[in-house]
Amino acid sequence: MASSSSLLIEGGRVIDPSQGIDRITNVLIENGRVAAFDAMATGDVRTVDAQGKIVAPGLIDMHVHLREPGREEDETILTGASAAIAGGFTSIACIPNTEPPIDTQATVEFIQHLASRADQCNVYVVACVSKNREGKELAEIGQLVQAGAVAFSDDGAPVYDAELMRRALEYCQMFDKPILNHAEVRELTQGGVMHEGLVSMVLGLPGMPASAEDVMTARDIALADATGGRVHMMHVSTSGSIDLIRRAKGRGVRVTTEVCPHHFTLSDECLRSFDSNFKMSPPLRGQSHVEACIAGLVDGTIDVICTDHAPHAREKKMRELDQAPFGIVGLETALGLVVTQLIEPGHLDWPQAIAKMTINPARILGIPKGTLAIGADADITIIDPNVAWTVDPAKSRSKSTNTPFGGWKLRGRADTVIVGGRIKYQADGADQPSRQPVRAR
Amino acid sequence: MSTEVWDIGAVPAAWTRRHLLDLESLSAEELNIILDTATQFKEATAGCTQKLPILTGRTVANLFFENSTRTRTSFALSARRLGADTIDFAASTSSLSKGETFIDTAKNIEAMGIDAVVVRHRTPGTAQLLAQNLDVSVINAGDGPHEHPTQGLLDILTIRQRLGRIAGLTVALVGDISHSRTARSNIWGLQKLGAHVILCGPSTLVSKRWEEFGVEVVYDLDKILHRCDVLNLLRIQFERQSTRPFPGIREYALLYAMTRERLERAKDNILILAPGPINRGVEVTADVADGSHSAILDQVTNGLAVRMAVLWLTLGAQGELTAQG
Repeated sequence: MASSSSLLIEGGRVIDPSQGIDRITNVLIENGRVAAFDAMATGDVRTVDAQGKIVAPGLIDMHVHLREPGREEDETILTGASAAIAGGFTSIACIPNTEPPIDTQATVEFIQHLASRADQCNVYVVACVSKNREGKELAEIGQLVQAGAVAFSDDGAPVYDAELMRRALEYCQMFDKPILNHAEVRELTQGGVMHEGLVSMVLGLPGMPASAEDVMTARDIALADATGGRVHMMHVSTSGSIDLIRRAKGRGVRVTTEVCPHHFTLSDECLRSFDSNFKMSPPLRGQSHVEACIAGLVDGTIDVICTDHAPHAREKKMRELDQAPFGIVGLETALGLVVTQLIEPGHLDWPQAIAKMTINPARILGIPKGTLAIGADADITIIDPNVAWTVDPAKSRSKSTNTPFGGWKLRGRADTVIVGGRIKYQADGADQPSRQPVRAR
Repeated sequence: MSTEVWDIGAVPAAWTRRHLLDLESLSAEELNIILDTATQFKEATAGCTQKLPILTGRTVANLFFENSTRTRTSFALSARRLGADTIDFAASTSSLSKGETFIDTAKNIEAMGIDAVVVRHRTPGTAQLLAQNLDVSVINAGDGPHEHPTQGLLDILTIRQRLGRIAGLTVALVGDISHSRTARSNIWGLQKLGAHVILCGPSTLVSKRWEEFGVEVVYDLDKILHRCDVLNLLRIQFERQSTRPFPGIREYALLYAMTRERLERAKDNILILAPGPINRGVEVTADVADGSHSAILDQVTNGLAVRMAVLWLTLGAQGELTAQG
């Protein structure tokens, strides 16, 4: 594969919300960076035909569980990063609920090392708020920042102790890092497997009420307000918490949030199948919550679309609903779901959707990505907005296939994915077949 | 005995199900087919005491992942009354700790050459999970708090026998609705057959949202006694509760136990059901449980009749077997 030199992307609709660009033009890449717009082909430059396609800053997924170290039967850094590339993501942030959790410099560097060896997309590390994710003592946040951690989270578990959360928000301010929190009051969700509502009542399944998310979201907003710290509410799923965030933003609280495709696409009715691929946390909610997620995306309350990619080996998901783990894979279906569920029905236009997958997460994480500014790293996702395709879990690059979207017909997917000026993925297979992931060790 | 004695006709054409997973998805016609077949079997076997060997050569596996004495014995006996062989597989959930999934366990049993699986499990949806993964008939003998279709059917059959009809009756389900699979199966079955259903119990165990399905929700038992034709007293499922939904048993009994005093204020011919095992003194006092209004022992006999009917229908013993989820 050509390592650098020049690449000219010709004739695409270039959408870069970071600069307010939305026009048909050519993009020239030189030495791994964005060099110029409106450039013309010269003699020896390699060209990529993007006519009829969308040329966007490389997509960013700020919520990915790569499972390595510790749960390599579910996913590895290599397979996860490879799935990310196929899904159109040039940068991902991995969440620290690994085994051991990412709470030391050494673990951060281990992940960076494996990500570099995998040589797929950029992998940013979210590190633990608390040592061993126990919610008792702060992790060595300053050292983790020095190692390269971009944000802090105990995801999977909420930061439960309000005093610890307050201290973390205060402490992270000197590094200008956000706390990403999973809002869930556990006393209210104990034993729950799905959203508490009419469907859980009929199915006799223990419910997880929306109020469990709302109560902790309210707490975190109050603490962010009091401390001036930055809090990012992960995978928001309820109308109540979205409304709390909307109002908090209105009065200037430093709160941001994200939503996953399954929460703006599916409702708790899906659980009638008792299929564990519909079991995630937070759970699929009632239809009014699904509509609230879409409304939050439309009015800008929800800054980011992320996947919460949560691979689980098949044998784990084949258990009874209460034994099966929470979560689904999402890297390879996210873009198609955004196009099919948000753009095609007219909820979002392309620049709005792309902003929530590029510059918005880049700003929250404070990473120099998500833009096609001249001189920026040439991370570019060329999207075919019209291609219709069927989700086939068997073709997934992820090591796990726990998706509820198998067989779904979607529109729109990544056509060509460029990282640092190098073509890492082409949908037609024209990229060299170093794509077939092999175990890194 | 000649075969004519056993000539009970073919499986009705309107019955096409290989599995019985719930009552929610059954039509009134299908419910009546089961009830009519059960009645016929009860008569043909002198009240379920004699054999009617129409499933000879078939094997029914009882897969009980949760403790049960009554239901398991009832299914085993029903299968044997019809001439089928039975095997019992009592699995604790500890098989999971050996790394074998629930589906693996069931597939192993299936590979031994059986025709039907009767499954009881603490988790809702397990019967459906088996139906999707096995090629044999699956009968739900209770999946957590979701459904217990044969219990619902035997309750309804008992009401029909004692009161002559279902349509137009007012039936109150009293007690722990939220953890009760019996309640859910009764709600769907009774409603489809035209009964008016009242749910009565502590507000922490009876959701007002059931009213969205046309059920009446009342918290004061004394306010409904005068208009109920049937009271079905559900057992408080202490084992399914992680938190205490009411302050104590004494308070529960004070508010909801069916006592002689309450019975005197009820309709003269009120029918008292209890799916059992009953907590005497909690849901019902001993004098009421053993009194003339109680149909508790009829329920046990009808359990055999209903389970024979369900086994025969789902196995399609004498009719065409049509695959249907």
